[in-house]
Amino acid sequence: MFNSHIFRLALFLAAGCCAALGEEDIRVGEFASLTGGSASFGQSSHKGTALAIDEINGAGGVLGRKLKLIFEDDQSLPGQPATIVRKLISQDKVAAVLGEVASSKSLEAAPICQENHIPMISPASTNPKVTEVGDYVFRICFIDPFQGTVMAKFALSKGWKKIAVLTDVKQDYSMGLADAFVKGFTANGGQVVKEQKYSTGDKDFKAQLTSLKASKPEAIFVPGYYAEVALIARQARQLGIKVALLGGDGWVGDSLLEVGGKALDGCFYSCHFSAEDKAPAVQNFVARYKAKYGSEPDDMAALGYDSAGILAEAIKRAGATDGPKLRDAIAATKGYAGVTGTISLDAHRNAEKSAVIETITNGAMHFVETVTP
Amino acid sequence: MIEFLQQLINGVSLGAIYALIALGYTMVFGVLRFINFAHGDVYMIGAFAGLYAGPKALRLFGGQPGYIAALLVLLFAMTVCAAVGIVIEFLCYRPLRSRPKLSVLITAIGVSLFIENVCQDSHVFGPNPQAFPTIINDTAIEIPSSWGTFADLTVTTSQILVIVVTAGLLLLLTQIVLHTKLGMAMRAVSFNSVASSLMGVNNDLIISFTFGLGSSLAGAAGILTSIQQPSIDPLMGILLGLKAFVAAVLGGIGNLPGAVLGGLLIGVIETMVVGYVSPTYRDAIVFGVLILILIFKPSGLLGRGQREKV
Amino acid sequence: MRAKLILLGALALCAALSQITPSVNPYYYDVLIGIGINIMLAAGLNLVNGYTGQFSLGHAGFMAVGAYLASAMSLAIQFPYIDWPDWSGPRWLWAPKGIWLLLAAPLRLLEWMHNSLVFLAHGLPAQAQFLCVLLYGGAAAALAGLVVGIPSLRLRGDYLAIVTLGFNEIIRGVIQNAEPLGAQRGLGGMMRHTDFLWTFGSAAVCVYVVLALVNSTYGRGFLAVRDDEVAAEAMGINTTKYKVLAFVIGAFFAGIAGGLYAHFKQYIHPDGFNFLRSVDIVVMVILGGMGNTAGVCVAAVILTILPEVLRRVGIENRMIPYSLLLIVLMLSRPQGLFGGLGVARKKGPAIAK
Repeated sequence: MFNSHIFRLALFLAAGCCAALGEEDIRVGEFASLTGGSASFGQSSHKGTALAIDEINGAGGVLGRKLKLIFEDDQSLPGQPATIVRKLISQDKVAAVLGEVASSKSLEAAPICQENHIPMISPASTNPKVTEVGDYVFRICFIDPFQGTVMAKFALSKGWKKIAVLTDVKQDYSMGLADAFVKGFTANGGQVVKEQKYSTGDKDFKAQLTSLKASKPEAIFVPGYYAEVALIARQARQLGIKVALLGGDGWVGDSLLEVGGKALDGCFYSCHFSAEDKAPAVQNFVARYKAKYGSEPDDMAALGYDSAGILAEAIKRAGATDGPKLRDAIAATKGYAGVTGTISLDAHRNAEKSAVIETITNGAMHFVETVTP
Repeated sequence: MIEFLQQLINGVSLGAIYALIALGYTMVFGVLRFINFAHGDVYMIGAFAGLYAGPKALRLFGGQPGYIAALLVLLFAMTVCAAVGIVIEFLCYRPLRSRPKLSVLITAIGVSLFIENVCQDSHVFGPNPQAFPTIINDTAIEIPSSWGTFADLTVTTSQILVIVVTAGLLLLLTQIVLHTKLGMAMRAVSFNSVASSLMGVNNDLIISFTFGLGSSLAGAAGILTSIQQPSIDPLMGILLGLKAFVAAVLGGIGNLPGAVLGGLLIGVIETMVVGYVSPTYRDAIVFGVLILILIFKPSGLLGRGQREKV
Repeated sequence: MRAKLILLGALALCAALSQITPSVNPYYYDVLIGIGINIMLAAGLNLVNGYTGQFSLGHAGFMAVGAYLASAMSLAIQFPYIDWPDWSGPRWLWAPKGIWLLLAAPLRLLEWMHNSLVFLAHGLPAQAQFLCVLLYGGAAAALAGLVVGIPSLRLRGDYLAIVTLGFNEIIRGVIQNAEPLGAQRGLGGMMRHTDFLWTFGSAAVCVYVVLALVNSTYGRGFLAVRDDEVAAEAMGINTTKYKVLAFVIGAFFAGIAGGLYAHFKQYIHPDGFNFLRSVDIVVMVILGGMGNTAGVCVAAVILTILPEVLRRVGIENRMIPYSLLLIVLMLSRPQGLFGGLGVARKKGPAIAK
């Protein structure tokens, strides 16, 4: 063991020394956060991606070659994605890069992929800026404005006219979603009665909720991440706020239901994917994911799975793995039947696809409806 | 007006937690004159000790949450944290006793980072937030409508509990420090450690005891916050620890009632800033308070000024 | 004189090496630039922590100031026709009206200075523009160092560490709210100006300045403040001046390093300049030996390569070995790996009391 470490060290120090292994494999790079603040999302998307690559290889690979996933953890640290993607491109010679969930990490990696003409597919970065970096950067999820509008329409359809908004100011995601929601809601006759803010990592929201309660809203829009949302829900109920909470795909996370429990009953959120979806492709995916990892797949896992699937399909169509041809093939993706819905990429390299609205009853998530753009 | 009163209640219950942690900082500073950077992480370990002990204690009582189960969990977490504190002091700080204070501070930063990152490992606690078991039914207390507008106020059992437990522990602590032999020895070490050892006080023992006592208070704080906010993660102690330190400095470091006053003040200031100004400036304002205090009254609100001897 | 020749030699070497570097594998190049930036950060912090004995835990904050302001300037030069958001407008501060009135005047002044500098830099050739951008970032960071340094002077040791940490958080808090600087989105779109020559040239100048300062009368002043502040004051040394000077120079080079970082990564985010980044730099200074510039530079090299080596052997969380290293070093060799070999050898412990 120790010897192999020394060997690897020597390998590293000998600059330019490239391991020439498995020339026939098509190398696919992936970066995600397995540790640090956004580890929960990274772990899921990585599992989904790895499952997809295994299945593609099990079915004989693409172009008669196997796919080889080369994975790096960026530890949720800014500064890491740039180094990692340079390593993936120059050291591992990957044909394409998959990642990341967090928009800020994707934004850091995107210019490097663009510069090297290596296509990059982000599974779940919903910030519009990500794909504006250049024509080699794609995403397979919907963007924040769409999700915000969906929830605004949903709230109006429930007959709620007065809504309060509680935004996470440390997350651009949350602010983008809140903006889109407020625009969509007020343009269609709704009224935002109070806006309050919090920061990621806060644990006590009683101050904000007390001030929201005073404005007597009919529902509260909380476009944050699950860790805070669960506590917000509990504290809202303790303070006697009985109205529904609404949110976006950031709600999806392991501990949302464990921590939130009964407090979340009757709340609604939009997301990418529902494990309750009866479509055979989805049920197949859920079964295989459970068999491999022993847990239900969440949105990030499904998006990670689809990102690898779209890439493999594009490689097939391109018939080659060089950057420009692969880029054109990915850009031409139309009507890909993924587990997160039918995905087509538009001229801005964003996915056109449907969103799912789920509700929580008795401590479990349930499918409500699918909303198409 | 009702909103203001509600914010005040929220602020005091938050401040009580800060106060418990600040007491630990203040006691350690009293005997060793250095900031135990890892104190916030001991608090985190307290919460995870509760996560481990909670379900077991509940099983003893037929799965029903209750005060006796909660008390057992609290005592367990306090014991674990006391042990952790004593071990940290013994392994990392004791060998540095005669070294410059900065070496100890740097070691403390190292210890803090070590605990946080080891706990983030998926074989230990993992990086994701985890749900803390319900050991007490945390419900809002009904205020009779005869109270008029005050009936709109919401007070939860956990808020009352936090304040009662903090007050109880503070009383106990002052009893120990002011009216026992051990407490007298602690004060002696704090006043002049060389003289105290000449008078037959076992300094090492007293310092270990102080660490244990301070850490057990952090453990109690860990349980009390987790009852209110049942989502715990390995990084929960960083910011809270820093703010509790600010509270200790605000009240006058080394001064027990000062730590409590500082904790309550920081809790209320923070809640008011969030409620009436902007939550984005919450942390900045707490650190701003620290900087102002250190510039204008470095000895804190209740502390006495010390003159440096050459 | 000899030192100046060595500096010139180092610069010439950088220039010569920069002819080969474009052919280096981009991944190694990335690590290489990281080394140069970390050398600057560590050498600058060494002046504060090592030579002057003022323990600062907020160096990443100064780096953030440099990175953000340098980027703001180069973006303004690059895209002159975009209507940049009003700097001193009340909206981005998100502050209540009273505070805004207080801040408005100095902000207007800063905005005016910023705009005139951008205007002046416009006609210059690209490399000269980049020099202006870097110096601007450095100057802004130095100004921040002055602002942090003056109130912090009344404090010592532990207190100073916490206050600098607090300032680091405050600087990040302001950036997180600053709409023209990208707020929580991060700031991107800068040109990739940073190359081998710029990075290592600046690092060489930084090391030279630190060494030249330490070997001058000023250097004796720094060391006197570190070894015994009260005695130094009694001997008529203006301790305030030396402390502020160390802070300002350290911050200046951190600002330059930030500018180089921003124009290499082409995307910066407030979370990249947090407390952990500051600790990274502190570990370099401690490992190298406080007050030993050569040792600190070697430590910067080692600690930049170490995470990449750890990545290879499959240890993903580098903070575990880092923190262990910190504890073990303090317990067994508080003067650092290379401490006691350099300038500080004549004096006992390398860390101030």
